[in-house]
Amino acid sequence: MPAPTIDHTLDEILNLAALHFKVPREKLTPDDDFFKTLGIDSLQALDLLTRLEHHFQIELPDYELQGVSDFRTLANRIQARL
Amino acid sequence: MLDLRQYASLGAALKDAMERWPNETCLIEADRDREKVRLTYSDFKEMAQPLCRALEDADFKAGDRSAIIMTNQSKWLISAYAILFCGGVLVPLDYKLTALEHLQLLAHSKARFLVVEYYLWRAITQLPEFAQLGVEIVLVTEAPAGADLRGAYRWEEFKRKGDPKFVVRQREDTACIVYSSGTGGRPKGCVLTHDSYLEQCASLTAWYPFCPGVRYLSILPTNHAIDFMVGFVGPFVCGACVVHLRTLRPEFVRDAFVRYRISYVSLVPMVLRNLERGLRAKFDELQPPKRWALNRLIGLNKLMTRSRPRVALSRRLLPQVHKAFGGELRALIVGGAFTDPSTLQFFYDLGIPVACGYGLTEACTAVTLNDLKPFRADTVGKPLPGTEVRVLNPDGEGVGEVAVRSRALMSHYLDDPELTAQTIIDGWLLTGDQGRFDGDGHLLLCGRKKNMIVTAGGKNVYPEDIELVFDGLAVKEFCVFAANFLWPQKTLGEEMLVLVLRLEQGQQIDDRLREEIESRNRRLADFKRVARYLLWEKDFPRTATLKIKRGELAAQIAKTATRAQMVEI
Repeated sequence: MPAPTIDHTLDEILNLAALHFKVPREKLTPDDDFFKTLGIDSLQALDLLTRLEHHFQIELPDYELQGVSDFRTLANRIQARL
Repeated sequence: MLDLRQYASLGAALKDAMERWPNETCLIEADRDREKVRLTYSDFKEMAQPLCRALEDADFKAGDRSAIIMTNQSKWLISAYAILFCGGVLVPLDYKLTALEHLQLLAHSKARFLVVEYYLWRAITQLPEFAQLGVEIVLVTEAPAGADLRGAYRWEEFKRKGDPKFVVRQREDTACIVYSSGTGGRPKGCVLTHDSYLEQCASLTAWYPFCPGVRYLSILPTNHAIDFMVGFVGPFVCGACVVHLRTLRPEFVRDAFVRYRISYVSLVPMVLRNLERGLRAKFDELQPPKRWALNRLIGLNKLMTRSRPRVALSRRLLPQVHKAFGGELRALIVGGAFTDPSTLQFFYDLGIPVACGYGLTEACTAVTLNDLKPFRADTVGKPLPGTEVRVLNPDGEGVGEVAVRSRALMSHYLDDPELTAQTIIDGWLLTGDQGRFDGDGHLLLCGRKKNMIVTAGGKNVYPEDIELVFDGLAVKEFCVFAANFLWPQKTLGEEMLVLVLRLEQGQQIDDRLREEIESRNRRLADFKRVARYLLWEKDFPRTATLKIKRGELAAQIAKTATRAQMVEI
C-alpha cells in the first residue's frame, strides 16, 4: 500500500491532537506551536506521540520529538517512518 | 551499606560495591515494555573492566576530564564507573541541550574524552563548529552499522582484555564538573570533589537508607545532580538496584512501577503533576458509590497517617492505588523545582510518602529534605545531617537569603574565580533563594533573589543565556528577565521569562515582528522559551562599555511597569 501523503499525515495528526486534548479541530493549524495551542507540557506531548504511534503503527524514539514543537515538523518525522 | 568514611574516592567505594554484592542485581535497563539489560554487580564489573583497560591503553591519566552525553541507560553508568575507576573527572552534560551548547560546554570543560549516544554525536558533527572540537577520544554508543563516526570509536568495540589497575584518588580531588546552567554567556561548571559526594551520600542514606532488594526507578536524567546521587552513587554503595527506563512516556513510567516493583523514585514536579492528573482522571471515572467509598478511605488514611507515614496500613486501606504503583513503593522523592503543596498532599493522603527537598548543584545534590516526621507539604524539609543552613539578613517576617555550609559544597566554579568569590563567602554558599525557618526547623522557600527561573522540569534557565537567539532582532534594543526578578513574589512557581523590547522611534509591534520573535523563540529548547514580552519606552541604562545595566533596568521596570502589561508570546 502506498504511504499516505504528507498532507494526509498532517491532517490525521491534527485530528488526533484535537480529539485527545479536546480542542476544536478548526483551532489547530499545521504551524501551531502545539505546547502553546494545546496548553500542554513535554510529558503530555509524549503522550500524544504514543497515540500517534498507535495510529500510524510506527515506533518513534523520544529523541525524535526533541526540539519539535509544531505539527508540521512532527508530521515530517512521522512521514519519514511510514 | 558500605561505610563511606573508609573511602577516599567515589571510584574506590563503587569498586568495593562490586565485591560486596556480586550476586545482587544492580541495574536493569528497559525500553518501553522491553527489558534490554539486567546486570548483577558481578556482571557490571565484567562489562566495565574491558572499558577500563581500553582507557588505560588510550593513555587515560588521573584527572583527565571525560564528558558523558547520553540518555539514561546502562552504558551511562558503566562508562561513569570506568572513568572514576581510572581516576578521571566526570563531566556529565545534559543531553537535552542543543548540539551547539554541547560543543560550548565540551570546550569550556576541556574534556579529553567523550562518551556520547549516536544521535547526539550525529548532531554535533553536523555543525560547522565541530571542526574546533578539542576532545581527543570519542566513544559513540549504539551507532548503526556502516555509520560514518567522524573519527570516533564505537563504545561497544572499545575494549581490551586483562585486569585494569585501579587509580587512587584523594578526597580533595575533583570527582565531577557539573554544569548548573549557563551555556551561552557564562558557563557555571560546579567543581565537586570526592569528599562532596561521599559526604552527601552518607547524609542522604542516613535518612533514606537503601539496601539490597530496593529498586530505584531512574527517570530523571542521570546528568542531573539528583539522579547522579540517588540513581547511581546511593543505590550502588548500598547494594540496591537501579532501573533505567529509556523513555519518559507516562504510560511506560506507570507500567515500570508495577513491572519492577519500584521502592523509590525521584521526580521533578512536572512528572509528579502528570501522575496526579492520571490518578485524578481515573478517580473521576468511578461510579458515585465507589467514589464515595474511595473518599471515605482516603479520609481514614489521612487520619491514620497524620503523625507519620504508615505505608503497610495505607496499602491495605487503598490497595488499588498502591497496586498501580507496584505495591512496594516506599517514597517519592521530589525536588529540582517548586512543587505545589496540594500535589504533595494529594499523594500523601493516598498513603504514598512524599519526601520533598531542596538542593542545588553547587551543594552537590540536596540541602534540606522532609524527614516525614511528620509529613509537611508546605516546606522543603530540614537541613540534612552535616549541613548548616542560615537565613541571611532576615526581614520582619524572618525572610532572607538562604545560605548553606557543608562539606558537600562545590569547591569552586570552573575557571571563574570572580563568580566563585561572589557565591561562596567565608565557606557559606549564597543560594540566591529567599526563605525562612519555621518553629519546627523546617525551611520554607519564599522566592528568588537571582535573575533566573527554575522550570517544573527542574531546569535552571538564566536569561543572559537565551538572549543570543534574539541577536539581530529588528528593534532598538532588548533584554530578557525572569518576571519574578522584576516583580518579586513571596512565593515560587509560575516562573517565566519576559523579553523586554525597546522599539525604534515610531516603530510599532506588528505581525511581522511578532512572528520573528516567535520563530526565534522556537529555536530554543521548549523549557528555555520566553513566555511574554513587555514594551519599554526608554533607552536601556548602559555602562561605559555599553553593557546593559541589568540591575538598574530591572529597578526602573519594577517601578513603572506592572506584570499585567506583559503580553503573551
